[in-house]
Amino acid sequence: MTEPVLSTHALTKRFGALVANEAVSLDLRPGEVHALIGPNGAGKSTLVGQICGAIKPDEGRVQFLGRDVTEQSTRTRARSGLGRTFQISALAMEDSVLQNVVLGAMGAAGTVWHFLRPAMKDLTIRQKAEQALERVGLSDLASLRTGEISHGQRRRLEVAVALTLSPKAFVMDEPMAGLGAEGTRELTALLDELRQEAPILLVEHDMDVVFSLADRITVLNYGRVIATGSTAEIRSDPEVRRAYLGEES
Amino acid sequence: MSRESIVNAALFALLIAVPLGALATDEPFIITLATRAVILALAAVGLNIALGIGGLVSLGHAAYFGIGGYAMGILAFHAQSYTPLFEGPFVIEGTKLMPIIWLVAICGGALAAFVIGLLSLRTTGVYFIMITLAFGQMFYFFTISWPAYGGEDGLSIYVRNSFPGLNTLVPIQFYAVCFVLLCAVLWFNARLARAPFGLALNAARQVPHRVEAIGLDPVRLKLVALVISGAVTGLAGALFADLNRFVSPTMFSWQMSGELMVFIILGGTGRLFGPVAGAMLFVLLEYLLGGISDYWLAFLGALLLLVVLYGRGGLVGIFAGKARNHD
Repeated sequence: MTEPVLSTHALTKRFGALVANEAVSLDLRPGEVHALIGPNGAGKSTLVGQICGAIKPDEGRVQFLGRDVTEQSTRTRARSGLGRTFQISALAMEDSVLQNVVLGAMGAAGTVWHFLRPAMKDLTIRQKAEQALERVGLSDLASLRTGEISHGQRRRLEVAVALTLSPKAFVMDEPMAGLGAEGTRELTALLDELRQEAPILLVEHDMDVVFSLADRITVLNYGRVIATGSTAEIRSDPEVRRAYLGEES
Repeated sequence: MSRESIVNAALFALLIAVPLGALATDEPFIITLATRAVILALAAVGLNIALGIGGLVSLGHAAYFGIGGYAMGILAFHAQSYTPLFEGPFVIEGTKLMPIIWLVAICGGALAAFVIGLLSLRTTGVYFIMITLAFGQMFYFFTISWPAYGGEDGLSIYVRNSFPGLNTLVPIQFYAVCFVLLCAVLWFNARLARAPFGLALNAARQVPHRVEAIGLDPVRLKLVALVISGAVTGLAGALFADLNRFVSPTMFSWQMSGELMVFIILGGTGRLFGPVAGAMLFVLLEYLLGGISDYWLAFLGALLLLVVLYGRGGLVGIFAGKARNHD
């Protein structure tokens, strides 16, 4: 079996008496989409927080590209290629669409400590940024203010910013949140291509998206992993059906 | 040319025409007023780098302004009294040379901003406002109770400091010095806003968690912004003390910090020429209304209220419309 790109080993996080994550282990292998599902309050966001570095686990480890990154900051993990998207779009709304991706490319290249030369005239950075926009189909909107574009376009811009990091793995927290049917279809097609570039850990509520994209699925409930396996295995798992999918599906 | 650059050009033209007009009609007092406006504008441009791009609402910028003022006061005091500033294994003398005084003021402002920033940037929002205010007040009470340099009475410097090749006692020449410095800092500010650092700082104000997710440290960006800001305001402080040939603890007062913020809000937050417009209007009103009533600040308050309620972009916004970011 190939070495996983990203993995967690028995991650446990408590908030007071509440156990948000209990001994959660999962891994993300090259080329796959690994979906993380579970009812509200199952501990998905806490897990994403620990993987990306915003939350410090009480026990357990996070491994990324073969290294233990448990003690590393969000920034260090980002610089080594962990590209994340946020559940609620985290974009500079006053800036243009292009400026948002340029910012990502600058952060990745570490060329931010320049005080006099214009940021938008750095051709290497700009080319990388424009490629990312092209990839998600936003080239035509490059000069618009981010606050002016639609919600669905912002969700794609969110992915484009993560792309500028040339990530080794994506962590996407509900990328489809708030999208209509059309937007969901477009973004699903995009993510389907992106898995070739880097594997995707996908937190998602939309079951159609999960079942069409995911190679494997991990189900969280009350902070614990109740099932993990291929889509077919998860579909037929009795505990999952009871806890999450409901009797109908 | 965008509408904003037309407004900027008009303000720039005023800053050249008014003192030259005053020179032609032999009104040195108007030149002094213009110098005051230019220096206060410079101090507020410093604050605008932290506030406008970085969103750092510092209510303690009087600290850097005062440090610049005292850098000038202390150096010039030792020079005029022929006493060394420091005696030990080596001797440091005072000086009356502006370039050296400026350098000390800039370094002093930057250093103070670095230390204050390290401590205060652990907080945000109202707490940040309060902690910067507290640091400003610490400097204020320290200078009041420090007798070596005049304490509450301040320090008088009898002759204005010198600049090689100029007679700084001639109002228009001193004005030229201040004006050139303001232009240099505005140029730097304009470049900074469009440079990678400015773009990142601007994003750190809007979405700090995004900035972190692309591998940058928003607090470090803000700290550097505060250091640049403190350095500029420190330079303005040295010029302000030189204009008055006097420095006192009032330069450190929280009212001073408040005035700098008023210039920015009046002129337009985050607009390049916002603080310039604000400081010009303030000095003009101070001159016109101050002659009519001692309570002229009440009128200023009413004006500020109107600008905040109806002209959200400040003076520059009223004339130039909404801010736009250009690529």
